[in-house]
Amino acid sequence: MIHILTEPFDPWQVLADYQKTHIDGKHSYGATGVFVGTMRDFNDAHGVQQMELSHYPGMTEKQTEKIINRITDEWDVLDVLVCHRVGVLLPSDPIVMVAVWSHHRVDAFEVSRAVMEKLKSEAPFWKKEVRDNSDKHWVEKNTAGYKGV
Amino acid sequence: MITVKYFASLQDTVGKAEDKLDASANLSIEAIWQTLHNTPLPKGMLVSLNQEYAALTDPVKDGDEVAYFPPVTGG
Repeated sequence: MIHILTEPFDPWQVLADYQKTHIDGKHSYGATGVFVGTMRDFNDAHGVQQMELSHYPGMTEKQTEKIINRITDEWDVLDVLVCHRVGVLLPSDPIVMVAVWSHHRVDAFEVSRAVMEKLKSEAPFWKKEVRDNSDKHWVEKNTAGYKGV
Repeated sequence: MITVKYFASLQDTVGKAEDKLDASANLSIEAIWQTLHNTPLPKGMLVSLNQEYAALTDPVKDGDEVAYFPPVTGG
């Protein structure tokens, strides 16, 4: 399931609610993988006081759903929940949550990471940061992703 | 009629979020940009057709929705 949220959200409350309504009663899951991304107060050595996240309504949901379907086709997953903020965010505000339920840990770990990496490179969202000097600046690229262990 | 959308920094560049274009001519996504802005699409920009990623050479027909935007930075 995908939620694009225009207001601040508490990922742990959303997770608890989703768990109650969609997962409880399914006794075959043995792993839950959760990633939460929050807004930093710095980027590329600049202080950042605020961020404006925009998206392409319709295409964002469509592409996110495609990402989830493509990845879950390759892994043994019971359910995936993605929540992503748009609008004005302040430091420490949650930006994104990806939660994955699966029988075994490997699928929960791998799918949550893969969905996040693809979200950052394929889902049409754009960040504009307001720096400490009040200058507005479009973020041109995301930070590098997973490098392996 | 073709709906043309702009997002993020490209929306700032063109100064609007949307254009409409008569679909009388058979144009590619790249040619639509040229027709509307009289300049090449800035390098590195992405394009979509009916909310799917597309190529600059893809043809556009009446009723389609085309969008131009910079690389995405969500998550």
